[in-house]
Amino acid sequence: MNGYNFAYLDEPTKRMIRRAILKAVAIPGHQVPFGAREMPLPYGWGTGGIQVTAAILGADDVLKVIDQGADDTTNAVSIRRFFSHVAGVETTTRTRDATVIQTRHRIPETPLTGDQILVYQVPLPEPLAKLEPSRAETKQMHALADYGLMHVKLYEDIARFGHVTISYDYPVMVNGRYLMSPSPIPAFDTLKMNRMPALQLFGAGREKRIYAVPPYTTVRPLDFDDHPFSLTRAPHACALCGATNSYLDEVVTDDRGSRMFVCSDTDYCADRRGEMEGDAS
Amino acid sequence: MTLEKPGFIDPVAEAQACFRLVLRTMSSPGQIVTLATDVATPPLAPATAAVLLTLVDAEVSLWLDEPLADSWDWLAFHAGVVRAADIGTAAFLCTTALPPLADVFAGTDDAPETGATIILQVPALDGGPKLTLYGPGLETPIVIAPQGLPADFIAQWEQNHRLFPRGVDLLLCAGSSFCALPRSVRIGEG
Amino acid sequence: MAYVAVKGGERAIDAAHDWLARTRRGETAVPEIKTDQIAEQLGRAVDRVMAEGSCYDRDLAALAIKQAQGDLIEAAFLLRAYRTTLPRFASSRPVETSAMLIHRRISAIYKDLPGGQVLGPTYDYTHRLLDFALAADADSAMVPAAVPSSTEADQSPPAVTPRVLDMLQAEGLMGAEPQSDAVPGDITREPMSFPAGRDIRLQALARGDEGFLLALGYSTQRGYGNSHPFVGELRMGDVSIEIEPPELGFAIDIGRITLTECEMVNQFGGSKTEPPQFTRGYGLCFGHGERKAMGMALVDRAMRAEELGEDADAPAQDIEFVLYHSDNIEATGFVEHLKLPHYVDFQSELETIRQIRRRAETKPDTGAGEPQ
Repeated sequence: MNGYNFAYLDEPTKRMIRRAILKAVAIPGHQVPFGAREMPLPYGWGTGGIQVTAAILGADDVLKVIDQGADDTTNAVSIRRFFSHVAGVETTTRTRDATVIQTRHRIPETPLTGDQILVYQVPLPEPLAKLEPSRAETKQMHALADYGLMHVKLYEDIARFGHVTISYDYPVMVNGRYLMSPSPIPAFDTLKMNRMPALQLFGAGREKRIYAVPPYTTVRPLDFDDHPFSLTRAPHACALCGATNSYLDEVVTDDRGSRMFVCSDTDYCADRRGEMEGDAS
Repeated sequence: MTLEKPGFIDPVAEAQACFRLVLRTMSSPGQIVTLATDVATPPLAPATAAVLLTLVDAEVSLWLDEPLADSWDWLAFHAGVVRAADIGTAAFLCTTALPPLADVFAGTDDAPETGATIILQVPALDGGPKLTLYGPGLETPIVIAPQGLPADFIAQWEQNHRLFPRGVDLLLCAGSSFCALPRSVRIGEG
Repeated sequence: MAYVAVKGGERAIDAAHDWLARTRRGETAVPEIKTDQIAEQLGRAVDRVMAEGSCYDRDLAALAIKQAQGDLIEAAFLLRAYRTTLPRFASSRPVETSAMLIHRRISAIYKDLPGGQVLGPTYDYTHRLLDFALAADADSAMVPAAVPSSTEADQSPPAVTPRVLDMLQAEGLMGAEPQSDAVPGDITREPMSFPAGRDIRLQALARGDEGFLLALGYSTQRGYGNSHPFVGELRMGDVSIEIEPPELGFAIDIGRITLTECEMVNQFGGSKTEPPQFTRGYGLCFGHGERKAMGMALVDRAMRAEELGEDADAPAQDIEFVLYHSDNIEATGFVEHLKLPHYVDFQSELETIRQIRRRAETKPDTGAGEPQ
C-alpha cells in the first residue's frame, strides 16, 4: 500500500508488539503493558486487536473478522477492509478456512484448531476495573494474586439475586494464577476458552495491554462450589437453521412484541443451512 | 568483515515468518520448528541469527557470551542492538552456555514480563538427556532431548518455575531449528 | 424482513462515506475553502489541533481541520494517526523559552519587569460584540496596518527575556526544580505506569484535551485542591528548535515554532527546618493556546500535592485519574465506541434480567441463597 509498510505498522513497532505477545504467552493471563500506537481507527473500535493482528499477520494468512459473531457487521467489514488494503491478505468468512480470526464479543461456534489464532479486541483488560478503578491498585492485586474483591462481588450477587448476575465479560482464572477478562464475550462462550487448541491473544489498544492464553490452558470461570457457573442462552432454536446449541441474537420484528431468534454466528448458521439443503437434495 | 554478511533478504516477510515460529513454539513448548530460509552468520547458527533479528533491536538490551562476541558488529549493523551492562540487566541473552538462571533478571511480581529471554545455541535439539515438559500449551506432556544443557538444568529450571509468574524464558537454537521453554512449563526427567 | 435490514454492512459503509463527502463539501455554489485559508485565518484552531495532535505542522493541521469539517478532536486524531507512522530522525535539544521571540508576554505579579509587558494579539480586552463587518465580505483594506510593537521599536530586541519565576528563584523565594540530564519518558512509546514522574505528567498534559484541563484547573480555583495561583508569567512567541546530530557534534537550528508557556506562582510550602518558598505550576503547548497552557499549569501544580506534603484528595490532584482521562483521542474513541453494536452482550443481559424476574415472580419471598 502506498507509503505504508506491510500490515500498516512499521517494523520496530511490530517487534515491540511481538516481544509483548511472547511474554504474554509465557505468563498466561497476565496483562503485559505495550507501547500501543495511534491507529487510523478510533480507540475502542478494535485498535488493540488490530495491532496484535498486524504484528502476527503474514502474506500466507487467511483472515476472518467478526463483530457480534457476524462477518457483515459494520466494524467487522471496516477492519477486514483495512487489512485487505494494508496487507493484501486473503480474507474469508468461513471459520474453518481462517488462520487468524479477529473477534469482538464472540467466540465462533465451530471449534477452533491448533493451526488457528484467535485475536480478541478488548475494551477494558482489567477484570477488577469495575470494582477498583485505580490501575496502580489492581496491579498490586495481580502481583499478590489477591482476588478477594471479585469473590466478594460474586458473593453479594448470589446473596441478593440468587445467582451471579455477570452475563458477559465473566471473570476467569487462567492457569490457576491470573484473574482475566475474557473480553465482553457472553458468559455462554466462556467455557470454550478452557483448553482450547487455538492460541488466544488479547489486545487492548487504549489501555495498552496485551495478554494471552496458550493452547490447552485451563480457563475457569470464577464461581463457588454450591453456586457453579451456569450458561445463559435464549431458550429457543435458531429461526433460520434450527440450531439449539448456538448463541442467539434476539431480533425485534414489529412493535407488538414479536421477535425472532437467530444464530449470532453467521458463518455457523449459513454452514448449517448449507448442510440442511444438501441433506434435502 | 562481519558487515558484509547479509541479514534477512526480505526483512518484513522473514521476520514475520520467524516470529510465527517463535510464537508457535512458545505457545506449544518444546515443539521443534524449522526456518525455511537461512541467515548464515557464524558463529551464530541460522536459527540464532534469525531469532535475534526478529526480536532484538535498539529498544532492548542484549548480552552475548564470549564465543559469540564476534557477532556484535553484525548485530549492531542489522539490528542496532544495545549492549547490556551485565547478565543481570539484559532483556535478551544470547549464549552458547547457559548462565546460572539465578543470575538472570526474572522480572518483578507486578511486572513479571520484564524477566529476560535467553537464546541458547546448542549443538543439537535431539540426542541429549530426555526432558518431559508439562504445562500450558501442551495437550499431553511431551519429551525433548536437546544437547548442551548443564547437568543440573532440571534443578535450575525447577527453581525458575517456582518463581512463577516471575522467571526467565528460554529458546534453544540448533542449526535452522529451535524450540522454546517458557517459564510456565515444568520439566521432569525422562 | 427487519432482520435483513441490519445486515449489508459493506454497502452501508460505502454509502455513508459518500454522504459524508457531500456533507463535508457543502453547497458547491460556495467556493471550496483552501487549506492555506484555514492555516492563515483559523490559526487558533490550527494551534489546538497541533497541540492535541502532538505534531507541529500547520499545513497538515489545516488539512485535518478541512477533512474533519472543523471537528477539532477528529482533526487532532487524523494528525495523531499520521504522526505515529513517521520515522524519528532525532530528538531536539530542550527549547530555551527565555530566548523566545516574544509576541505576547504578561505577568500578573509585577507592574513592570525586565522585558516589559507585551499585550500582543489578544482577545482579552475585546468587547464580545459580533463584528458584522466580517460577515460582509470585508476586504483586507480594513485590516489595520502593523504598528511597531514596543519590542520591535527597539533597535535591537532583547535576545533574552528573563522568565519571571527565575527572578523569584534567584531571590530564593521560588522552589528550584531538580535539574537532570536523564532522557525523559515518552508516553507515545512506553505505556504510563504509576507513580508517574513529572516528565510523563507534563507530556500527557501538553497533548491533553484543552476542555478537560480547563475544567480541572477551574475546579482547583473553586476549592477542589486550591493552590492559590498567580500568573507569574504567560508568554507566547517563537523559539528555535535545535538538534545535535551525533556525526556533527554541535547543535544546528532546524526551524522555529510558536509556543505558549505559562508559569504559575503558587502558595508556598516550608517547614520548621525549611524556609517557605513559592511553588511552581508549569504549562507549555504548541501554538497560541493560553487557556490550555494556564489550565495545564494549574493541573500540573495540583498533581504535585503529594510531593509537596499537601492533602491530595481533589480530582485534579489524583495523578492517575488526570493522566488516564486527559487524552481526548482515547476518550472520544471509547465514549463513541458505545455506538458499535453491543447486541450480543445486551442479549445476555436480557436473559439474565428475565431469569431474575422469573425467579422473583415464582418465589417472591426467597431468592437470597447465600453461598457457603
